[in-house]
Amino acid sequence: MTTPIAAPIESRDWLRRRSRWSPFEIMFWLAALLPFILLPTYLPLASQIAIAALFAISVDLILGYAGIVTLGHAMFFGLGAYFAGIISVRGWGEPISGLLMAGLFAGIIGYVVSFLITRVQHLALIMVTLGLGLLTYELANALHDLTGGTDGLRGIRTWPILGQFKFDLWGYTGYAYTLAVLFLCFLLSRRLVNSSFGLALRGIRENVKRMPAIGADHKGHLRLVYAISAAIAGLAGGLMAQTTNTVALDSLSFERSADVVVMLILGGTGRLYGAILGTIIFLVARDQLAGINPQYWYFGIGLLLMVVVLFMPKGILGFLARIVDRSK
Amino acid sequence: MISQIAIVLFDGFAFGMLLFLLSVGLSVTLGMMNFINLAHGAFGMFGGYVAVTVMRQLGLPFLAALPMAFIAMALLSVLIERSLFRRLYKAGELNQVLFTIGVVFVAAAAATFIFGTVQQVIILPSWLRGSVEFGGVRFGIYRAFIIVVALIITALLVFGLERTRLGAQIRAAVDNQRMAQGLGLDVERVFAITFALGCGLAGLGGALAVEIVGLSPSFGFQMLVYVLIVVSVGGLGSITGSFAGAALLGIGDVAGKYFWPEIGSFLIYLLLVAILLVRPLGLFGKR
Repeated sequence: MTTPIAAPIESRDWLRRRSRWSPFEIMFWLAALLPFILLPTYLPLASQIAIAALFAISVDLILGYAGIVTLGHAMFFGLGAYFAGIISVRGWGEPISGLLMAGLFAGIIGYVVSFLITRVQHLALIMVTLGLGLLTYELANALHDLTGGTDGLRGIRTWPILGQFKFDLWGYTGYAYTLAVLFLCFLLSRRLVNSSFGLALRGIRENVKRMPAIGADHKGHLRLVYAISAAIAGLAGGLMAQTTNTVALDSLSFERSADVVVMLILGGTGRLYGAILGTIIFLVARDQLAGINPQYWYFGIGLLLMVVVLFMPKGILGFLARIVDRSK
Repeated sequence: MISQIAIVLFDGFAFGMLLFLLSVGLSVTLGMMNFINLAHGAFGMFGGYVAVTVMRQLGLPFLAALPMAFIAMALLSVLIERSLFRRLYKAGELNQVLFTIGVVFVAAAAATFIFGTVQQVIILPSWLRGSVEFGGVRFGIYRAFIIVVALIITALLVFGLERTRLGAQIRAAVDNQRMAQGLGLDVERVFAITFALGCGLAGLGGALAVEIVGLSPSFGFQMLVYVLIVVSVGGLGSITGSFAGAALLGIGDVAGKYFWPEIGSFLIYLLLVAILLVRPLGLFGKR
């Protein structure tokens, strides 16, 4: 993975060097502001991308860094979405506090679930995440009075942010709000993965048996990162509920869990920017192709997945990074 | 009440036998190569389409269409296994999952392109239609037919696995792949044969399932969760485990939907998670 280092360096220095901001990153986040000026008609799509990217980052934390393969993470996205939606329907539409509560709720559930997740591995792990996701979906469907069942949750009203900025039809406020939350959570995740905790997670991913041997509390680490990831997924779901004012059962669906993993793989796991890049490619391609014919979309995404797995195991971003490394 | 229970058990067992045919191949190949093939249900789907097409276009009878589905899928699977899946045996489970999800997507798109999105119907011969009354309960003849076919195949599989040379090789490869290889067994060849047999059975199951669950391009996805549950609950590499898992799931699914339609599927998933937490290797898994 990493190139051999000639002189021994302090691990703290290594971490500090990893967490330095590169000009590419600053350019990237400035470019994220461009839709305001260049593509104002695409602002709703841009906020969708920001929400999905946040969700993808949450999955990257557990899948890309800690190596927990999940096919049921939409569970936390949907829990956050329903929580934010339901408190708004019940009369509390203040967005920021509502969002924080949604994230906290998903995080608590995530912490509880993490005790189950850390018990199993391999196929059983995939099946338990899948089963829990489907379970939550069926539960939301059965709790018709609370969630609206298949009709979706109606009557969400989100108040203006800080009492000032109303959610407009064009999506200016919506995109600014989602982008701000995405950026803050990105900073948090970036800090997290470039810390000693992040290194411990990578160790667990690489060899789950050796970490306890060197005295790391691997199950505790996994539980913590799972709860954090669930909370971020809940924030993403809450954002979706607040910016679109609807929550439907599809926010909990298996398709959403699978899509987010696909986005992550396209971009590249174990890199936070991979999650964002993959989301952009996936959603823009879907927006363009599905307009022509939804079947092309399925064919295209299936083929793309196969090609990426066979020829770019580290995703598109990993592929690009390798080309850059080679040309140096 | 007794008659209701009898009919639920009967229908559930028949559904379970369909699930068994659809998933037994995956269980054995997974146990051997640890290759997670989520596209297994797609072979079932194409098996269904083959049966429908040969009956409609060539006018073959139903009983001739079933082996056609088996053979076509066995051949197709050899092609795909040799050209694509072979590259992924050493890859991580995530890559296998994603690659085969990609295959399911492409298969669904291809099926839509060729056959359209409409639900396909299969015309059963008259002797398979209707039902017989037995002790005041009406049992569907077609479902009884499925049970008979599945039981015959189970008997053949168990006999083949226990008594033939290939069966011994398969058991050796499932028990310890590296050891078997060290003893000079060509595991890749054994695997290719097993894979073809398993996909053929999935094709047969798909053809039999058209009448019960319908057939459309989303069949691969619909069945995916069921197949995975059977495999993970039954335990990898075990025919009896798959059989018991499939029968349990089939009966549980039909009973849940019949007696508690609101929360039937909820109970199934709850049971799945509970079983896997207590026994991560499935009810009959050894490793």
